[in-house]
Formats: sequence, C-alpha cells, structure tokens
Amino acid sequence: MTKANGYLVEVRNLAISYRTATGAVEAIKGVDFAISPGETVAIVGESGSGKSTVASAIVGLLADNARVTHGEIFVNGEAVAHAPDSRRRELRGNVIGLVPQDPMVGLNPTMRNGVQIGEALIKVKGRRYPGLDADVLELLEQVGIDNPVLRARQYPHELSGGMRQRILIAIALAGDPDLLIADEPTSALDVTVQKRVLDHLERLVRERGISLLIITHDLGVAADRADRFLVMEDGRIVEQGEPHRLLSSPAHRMTRRLIAAAPALSAGGDFAVTHRQAPDAPEILAFHGVSKHFDLPAGSGAPTFAALDTVSFSVRKGQTLAIVGESGSGKTTSLRIALGLERPSAGHVTFEGQEISHLNWKAFRPLRRRIQLVQQNPFASLDPRFTIFESVVEPLVSFGLAKGPELERAARHLLGLVHLPVAHLDRLPRELSGGQRQRVAIARALALQPDLLFLDEPVSALDVSVSAQILALLKELQDELGVSYVLVSHDLSVVASVAHHVVVLRRGQVVEQGPAGQIFRSPQDDYTRILLDAVPGRRRALEAAV
Amino acid sequence: MTILAPISTGSADRQALFLGSAALDLTAIAGAGRPSSGWTLAGRVRDALNPLLRRPGFAIALSFLLLVLVAALAPGLLTGVAPYATSPADKLLSPSAAHWFGTDELGRDLYSRMVHGSALSVKAALLAVGIALVSGLSLGVLSGFIGGRVDAVVMRFVDVLLALPGLLLALAIVTAIGFGTIPVAIAVGIGIVPGFARTTRAEVLRVKTLPYVEAARLGGASWTRTLLRHVLPNSWGPVAVLATLDIGAAIIATAGLSFLGFGAAPPAAEWGTLISNGRNFLMTAPWLSLVPGLFVMLVVFSLNHVARTLDEGR
Repeated sequence: MTKANGYLVEVRNLAISYRTATGAVEAIKGVDFAISPGETVAIVGESGSGKSTVASAIVGLLADNARVTHGEIFVNGEAVAHAPDSRRRELRGNVIGLVPQDPMVGLNPTMRNGVQIGEALIKVKGRRYPGLDADVLELLEQVGIDNPVLRARQYPHELSGGMRQRILIAIALAGDPDLLIADEPTSALDVTVQKRVLDHLERLVRERGISLLIITHDLGVAADRADRFLVMEDGRIVEQGEPHRLLSSPAHRMTRRLIAAAPALSAGGDFAVTHRQAPDAPEILAFHGVSKHFDLPAGSGAPTFAALDTVSFSVRKGQTLAIVGESGSGKTTSLRIALGLERPSAGHVTFEGQEISHLNWKAFRPLRRRIQLVQQNPFASLDPRFTIFESVVEPLVSFGLAKGPELERAARHLLGLVHLPVAHLDRLPRELSGGQRQRVAIARALALQPDLLFLDEPVSALDVSVSAQILALLKELQDELGVSYVLVSHDLSVVASVAHHVVVLRRGQVVEQGPAGQIFRSPQDDYTRILLDAVPGRRRALEAAV
Repeated sequence: MTILAPISTGSADRQALFLGSAALDLTAIAGAGRPSSGWTLAGRVRDALNPLLRRPGFAIALSFLLLVLVAALAPGLLTGVAPYATSPADKLLSPSAAHWFGTDELGRDLYSRMVHGSALSVKAALLAVGIALVSGLSLGVLSGFIGGRVDAVVMRFVDVLLALPGLLLALAIVTAIGFGTIPVAIAVGIGIVPGFARTTRAEVLRVKTLPYVEAARLGGASWTRTLLRHVLPNSWGPVAVLATLDIGAAIIATAGLSFLGFGAAPPAAEWGTLISNGRNFLMTAPWLSLVPGLFVMLVVFSLNHVARTLDEGR
C-alpha cells in the first residue's frame, strides 16, 4: 500500500486553529514531518506546544472547534486532512492505533476487559467470528498480561494502572495497525511500571515491524525509545534529529531546556555526580519500628494488610530525606502517620525527641506550626474560592499570629520567597498555571515558618520542565531558611538533586537506606537498581557519556 | 502598588474578626467580601450575569420574575385599581383594555387581585424555601460532616419524610397547625426539606475529602472555621440551584393547598384561591381560572428556566 515516497504518514505544512470565544487561536503553525514504516518517532514539547493536536489531527479526532486551515496529512499516500469521517473511521484501528493518555479513564468501567478488546476486534473484522475469544487471549498475552483468562473476565477497576495501560495497548493493536500513536502513554504511571510498559511496547513494535509515534513532555522518555525526535514549541517544530546528535549538540533553546529538565540527561546518567553531601546534624524526626495494618473486608483472604512493616528512619535538621517507592509501597501512609492523620499499629514517631504518634488532634495542634505539608496535586490543594492572598495567609489567621497590615506584609514576603509577583495576591487559583499553584502551596506551607516540611510527590502532576524549576526552588528555600524536608516520590531522578538521605520502600518495608551518594553510586539492593534503571533517559545518557 | 491598597484596607477589620472564636468567624462570613474591590459581591454577580443576559430566554424569564417581585413588594406601582372594590354592574366581564384579566362574580378587577395576591403567594413560597433551606442545610451539613451515628439517624428521618407523598404530608401538617398562608408555607417547606438535606450532605461529603480541606486542617484551622470557610461555600452551588427550582415547586404546592381551601381566608387573594374561585364559572367565564392558572404556570416556568441556566453556567 505504501506509495512511492515510502512514507507511512506524511504531514505537510500543517496549520490548525481553534475557534474560541475571543477569536481563532492558531495551535499549529506550519508543521512538516514524515514517519517511515518501522520507525519510532517522538514529539516532545511542554503543555500547550501543540503536540497532542498534531496527534489528534493524524488520527482524525480533532475537537469540534478545531479546523485544519492549511496543509495536508497523507496516510499511506492518501490525503486525509479533509477526508469524510467515514473514511477516517476506516483508517483508525486498521492503519492507525491510538493509545490514550490516561489509563484510569481510558476504559469503560462497566465492561469486562476482554469484551472491550473483543469489541475492537469485531469492529476490524466487521462481524463476530468464532475465534474471537482466542484472539482476545492472544492479544492479552502479547501485551504481557499474566493469567489472561482471569484478566479478560475482570473489570478495569480490578487492574492496576500499568495493567490498564496494557489493555489499552491491546485494544490499539487489535486492528493490526501500521502505526501506533501513544499520547503521553505513561505519565500517569510509576517510573518502574512506566519502564516495563514502554519496554514492552518497544518490543511489540519491533516484532511487528510497525511504526510508533510517542507524544511526551519528558525528553527522557523520548530519548530512550525514539529513532528520531521532533521538539515542538508554540505550534512549530523547532528542532529535529536523532537522539544522539540532539543530546550532544542541541541547537535550539527549547531543546536545551528540555534536556536540562530531564534529570537523567542533565546529569549524564550518573546521579552520584549531582547529589548533596550530608554533613552531621541533629535528628529532627525519627520513625522507630513503625508498622501500620489496615483491616481488609471479610472474604478477601488475609484479615489485615500491612501498609508499613517495622519501618525506621530519621530526618536530620536542615536536610532532605527522600522516601522513594512505587504506589502501594507505604510512602503516603508513613507521611500521614508523621502528620498525625493516622495512628501507627506499632512503634512510634518522635519529633525532636518528643513522641508525637499518639497525640490527639488538640495536642498535636501546636506542632502544626512546626510541621507542614505540601500536597501532591496543586490543582486540588487550593480552595477555588480563595484568592492567593487568602490561601497563603490562612495558617497565620488560623493560629491568630498576625492581622491587618502585618498579614499583607507576610503575604508579600512569602510570595517573594517562592518567586511569584506580588500582583498574583489578588488572583484566584484557576487563573494560575500548575507550577504557579504549586508555588502558592509551598508559600502557604512556609507561612508558619515550619522546621519540617513534608513534600508529597510535589512535582508528579507537573511537566518535567516546570518540575525542574520547582525542585530548584525547594533547594534554594532549604539553603535560605534551613528547613528540613521529607520528600516523597516514586521517581529516583526527582529526588536525586535534592536529597541528602534516601529511603527506598517496597511493600511497606525499607529495602535500603543511606546517604544519597551511596544509594546512587553503589545501590546494594536489586530493587534500588531497578528503580535507577527505570529513570527515563538514563540509558541514552549513559551511552552518550561513554 | 495600587492593587494592594484595597487588600490592606479591606482585610484589616475582617482578619481581626477571624482571630477570635468560632462565633466571630460566623460574623466574618456574613460580612466579609473579597479582599480586593474587584471581587465585591456586586462585581461577581455582574460578571456571572453578563454573558447569561445575552440569551433572550434567560433575559425574558428574569425580567418577568422581577415584575412579579415588584408586584409582591409594591403592588401600587402596577395597578391603581383596589383589589377588594366590588362593582356588581361589571361582574364577569371578559378581558378587555379596562380590565386586562376580566372581572369576577363581584365585579372585582382580576388583574388587580392577581397583582395584590402576589405578595401572599411569593411570601409563602419564599418562606417555604427558606424553611427548607435552613433546616435542610443544617441537617445535611450535620450528617455529612459528623457522619457515623448522627448521619444514620438524620438520614433515616429524611427517608421517612421522603416515604410520605408531599401533598399528603403538607395536608396533615396544615390540619394539625391550622389554616392560613403561613401554616401552608410551613407545611410545604417541611415537605421539601429532604431534597435539601440529601443534596447538601452529598456535597459536603465530596468537599470534605478534597485536599484543600486537609491543607486547611493541617494549617491549624478549627473544624468550625474549616466548615464555614471551606466546606460550606464550596458545597453551596448545587443547593442554590435546587433552591431556585424549589421556589417554583413551592409556588405550585402553596397554590394547590389554597386551591383546596387551606390557604388565605377570603376576601384576601392568593393565586391558588383565585383559581379555585373561578371554578364555579368555568363554563360562563373560563378566564377566571385560566388567566391566574396561566400566570402561575409562567412564573414557575420562568423560575425553572432561570435555575436551569444558572446550573448550566456553573
């Protein structure tokens, strides 16, 4: 089917604009590229750069208010940019498969997994056929799902995020497409799961000889997998080329920025280089053999589930302790125990020698001035009805520490600390970007001048380039204010530049802990090594360094 | 910094209130606006209404409701004719330029009686919704926020109320506490409490698990403060829409009860009594029932339309 020029997909001078209430907004301003059969191409860019719009245009799933104003898209030599919907529907599935962004909402929760894959197969074949069930099981096996017979019978909510992403890949593969488009395929997943899914996807693509188009904001992900990548900014492709060349000699400012933002790439794959030295300092918070058991509903096998199992570690004054592990490893539970939101089943927690794990809310309240939290999702952690001023000074008001002009002075000072313009005091959260909101959340946590700050996945909801800025800010604040951090993350690369000490948690147990340099230079436990290997971009960075 | 000037002036007295006890928090809620002048209540209402007013349906419905409100507050502005002045010579006249809605069996001007009757009907509806709003909100917040046994008890009580047909419940209450506009309003109000309680509880349950509520708690905010400053304002939206919708339902219900003869005693006019009055002349003078009936229908339709639009716009 491939036409003379040999390209599977060719995009020529494409321009797309969105109609909005305030007039047309140009999202794509003349984009040219082509994908050959069997090639893996990545489009990298920050949110709003137009990368997802390009992908939607190729699949033919542009939003209703979007219009192709210029240029053409060829699939197998056929012009499709203005093709009727019926034709595009035939191409979807058979020629182009799409793996959507968020595995948590990408599946129909009321249908069994097997049925959803079967539906895709039926659509391709045009009818129900006798070997359908066998084909479903084969697809499940291909995408690396163990016990396919059971999984096909289960519903999406019974599977983990990684499994769901695999089901989505199986659905995309059902039509035996020539091109697979993966739109931020793993940004909602833990790094280790992310690596497994991507490795598998890569192998499938190679075995079947199909092309893969990865859309991502993380240059690390792209660098590891792609034969070639395109860097997008503001609706244009600003640079493209082979990973090796782009990483060693990036020409455009945006490419350099994305490289700097991917921790693995900026450090040349070796985190031991950038870690922070941990001088001796007094202990501020310590866990002493803390366990936490949750009761399970009757009939689920075991009576209780151990979220934490005799965990001990300590945080030193003015330093950062990073707790790293996958979801379900107990990192959030340990954080909630330290904050007095949960009680441990065994063991105790001390803050400057004082036991705090069995205090009630009232007795804990004075400590709130010294222990604060920055939450995971900056989009939900600010009251939508509060102005930034009200949000930032709320702890001061709650404790009755300041009033009137003093509050205003405090608010200005706090915004200055997190590098936000004072004019933002008047805004509402919805007028700020994710990174700005996270800065506000940090400012609020600092309002009471705490000695210890808990950071619960502070950057997991943000683009890599924004997350690099937030991490730099956190480091700067620590040097300036001498505040101690407990940084919780699923990604070792996130903590690499901030942590003094690292605790690696797995299934509620500490598998390894020690100074950051030691963990990154010579990890003792297999699991730590898995986590290190999972960091996106590391493979390519190590190759480049050799 | 010109932007900051209103912050300092606006917040000084308000923040002083916050620093006191929970009781002071309450007054702060009631009196406090946004810290800057750009976020005054009037400004926000203007911002919210402007795009909506460009929709003709919404604008018509809203102006009609405003007209009814004027009729209820100052009936003299809309009609110069006395509602109780009889004129046997002009009885049962059909609608005309002199008598827009016609006249009744005693020659009283129906339009004037409708306008003057608005006061009673609107008052009854607002009272009913007010009762439902206050008790529904308190019950909902109580059971949603405290949870556990309190939740179980309150919700079973609500279940019992829901199990009785609304009109039957209202009839029973009116029979127990006596006839008249106020008792009818109370009865109707109690009838629609369950909806408010349920909606509020659901919203409170949703909002209270949100990260910013946890952040406020960890910031040292008391439960009262968290409830009044975070949970209530953010749960309020759907309840407000329900209230607008239920004013329509309350108007229908009070009109229904007065139609059955439980409402205001003659000669006082209420929309329901007017419709009921015309019943005897349906063959000879159908407008006596039809015109007030259509009028009530229009009021309720406008209310529903406004509520629906506000709900979509949220």
